Amino acid sequence: MRTNTLVAAAAIVLAMMLPGCGMAGDAIKLGVAGAHSGDLASYGLPTVNAAKLVVDELNAKGGVNGKKVELLIEDDVCKPEVAANIASKLVSKKVDVVLGHICSGATKSALPIYKDAGIILISPSATSPELTQSGAYPNFFRTIAPDNMQAKPEVDFALNVLGVKKIAVIHDKGDYGKGVAELAKGFIEKSGKGEVVLFEGVTPGAVDYSAIVQKIKQSQADAVIFGGYHPEASKIVSMMRKKRMKTVFLSDDGVKDATFIKVAGKDAEGVYATGPKDNSNNPLFQAAVAAHKKAYNSDPGAFFESAYSATLAILNAIDKAGSTEIGAVTKALQAEKVDTPVGTINFDAHGDAVGVGFAIYQVKNGRFVEVK
Amino acid sequence: MDYFIELFLSGLTRGSIYALIALGYTMVYGIIGLINFAHGEIYMIGAFTSFIVATTLSIYGFPLAAIVVVAGVAAAIWSSAYGYTVEQIAYKPLRHAPRLAPLISAIGMSILLQNYVLLAQTSDFLPFPKLIPEFAFMEPVAHVIGSSDLVILITTAMIMLALTLLIKFTRIGKAMRATAQDRTMALLVGINVDRVISATFILGSALAAIGGLLIASHIGQINFAIGFIAGIKAFTAAVLGGIGSIPGAVLGSLVLGLTESFATGYVSSDYEDVFAFSLLVLILIFKPSGLLGKADTKKV
Repeated sequence: MRTNTLVAAAAIVLAMMLPGCGMAGDAIKLGVAGAHSGDLASYGLPTVNAAKLVVDELNAKGGVNGKKVELLIEDDVCKPEVAANIASKLVSKKVDVVLGHICSGATKSALPIYKDAGIILISPSATSPELTQSGAYPNFFRTIAPDNMQAKPEVDFALNVLGVKKIAVIHDKGDYGKGVAELAKGFIEKSGKGEVVLFEGVTPGAVDYSAIVQKIKQSQADAVIFGGYHPEASKIVSMMRKKRMKTVFLSDDGVKDATFIKVAGKDAEGVYATGPKDNSNNPLFQAAVAAHKKAYNSDPGAFFESAYSATLAILNAIDKAGSTEIGAVTKALQAEKVDTPVGTINFDAHGDAVGVGFAIYQVKNGRFVEVK
Repeated sequence: MDYFIELFLSGLTRGSIYALIALGYTMVYGIIGLINFAHGEIYMIGAFTSFIVATTLSIYGFPLAAIVVVAGVAAAIWSSAYGYTVEQIAYKPLRHAPRLAPLISAIGMSILLQNYVLLAQTSDFLPFPKLIPEFAFMEPVAHVIGSSDLVILITTAMIMLALTLLIKFTRIGKAMRATAQDRTMALLVGINVDRVISATFILGSALAAIGGLLIASHIGQINFAIGFIAGIKAFTAAVLGGIGSIPGAVLGSLVLGLTESFATGYVSSDYEDVFAFSLLVLILIFKPSGLLGKADTKKV
């Protein structure tokens, strides 16, 4: 009797352990790294949701190459030093591919570690041009267009559609903000239609931006192009409106976030920002948003569709390649077109997605509306 | 000339913002010689408390004046409670420890409070309601100086005056000065030193809370990390003016604010901090105890 119970207990334990073992051994490990806490969490968390939705759906259909996909979620708080640690941690956990990182600075610091380990990184949101165009990181792909693709339409719009002549270019001294600002400055000077009257960086988190706003006023700029994120943008815009300045304010997709409108309130009205093209007519996009609403009971946040597409693209490439080996997957990413919420895409030799781009948005009645 | 005046005024506003926080630093340092790094976090908690109270009250349609008063009082009380607790938990047990111990403890409290608010509230930026209205009489000069700038300037001046009077003429003020001069002697003549130190923390925290309300209303947004940079700058200002001295904290703050404003205006905002900290280094070379600080003579 007693031995029987023991045997039975052992059998139950074994039975419980076996499927667990089997899954862990065969699974494709997809790392998800980005800002999941801290002041930029609103950029990173939607990517986690996107990855979960795609992976759940694929796993329900039997996984990729007959293997289940397993997520390893890590928080880099958008800080380069943390991102490097996270990268080492994911590599030591034998991750196969990584979705992330979210911020350009963090991505840049993590990339060499993945490169040495032969791991592909696909980012939904890191837009710094050098990540792909320097050619230093053959293991890097992204489903968002790089900054120079948004600085160009931003400047064209300001010069040709709005017809402004004098432009003040302000940035937040960060990798991303300064990158966009420098490109914008270059495009304005090259066009010969406008003049950069001011080019300066502000310190993020400073208590008061009235001095720089006075300087913008003194420079008699018709428009401000700001490279950076929404916390500084909303402080500068509010200060400008407080000083009764009607100067046009244009910015980048670091500002095209619902939090910007929530914080700047009525001062946000009329602000222009570039952001990924509106894909709301794409049925895959509608399906992804509907899945998000069903699972989380809310509208998806920043970069959700880009992250959703990145997850689809990388898992599709692994499926087509039949392995997670870097050479085969890279070839599949470049050769195989895949239908995603941001359109039908593949990747060029640098790692940039072919078929995605930026559009101009304006805040109207508390919402970003695409300017046609 | 107009440009100069505009920069001067924005420097004054920025300086007054620093001063509201720097006063708390300098008071605590003056009495127990501790750099209270958690002070920036007390300011942040003050801003959050007034945010919560003000948003709740405005839902029920209270008049703006009532909201400001209730939010200010609530923030002052709540922040004081935090300031008092921090002192009891983190500094009091270390009163006879080497100077480095309470300093590390202060940094620890700062990190703890930041992360506590991050977890208990949110990591996102929150829109702070405009508690300082746009006054009609300010409209003609609104392009130069805003209503909130004016309110901050006046409040800072009033608080500095009230503090100076309190320290000079009241019973608790005298006890504070005695404790600052010689803690053991103060004990011997019957001053309850523990109570004086607690009172200092409570007063400093209440000031930081008022600062939190005014500054958040001026900037229009808050999050859990606002205390850090504001705290560092205010601390720099307090050192610049002579840490431990109340008029010194205000003077140091104004000098720092004006330097930053003029550096932005006439050179470049890229170098704003370079100028601010170069000035600090220069002043400390020629006057190591700060602009209005008293030279620290060692008792033998």
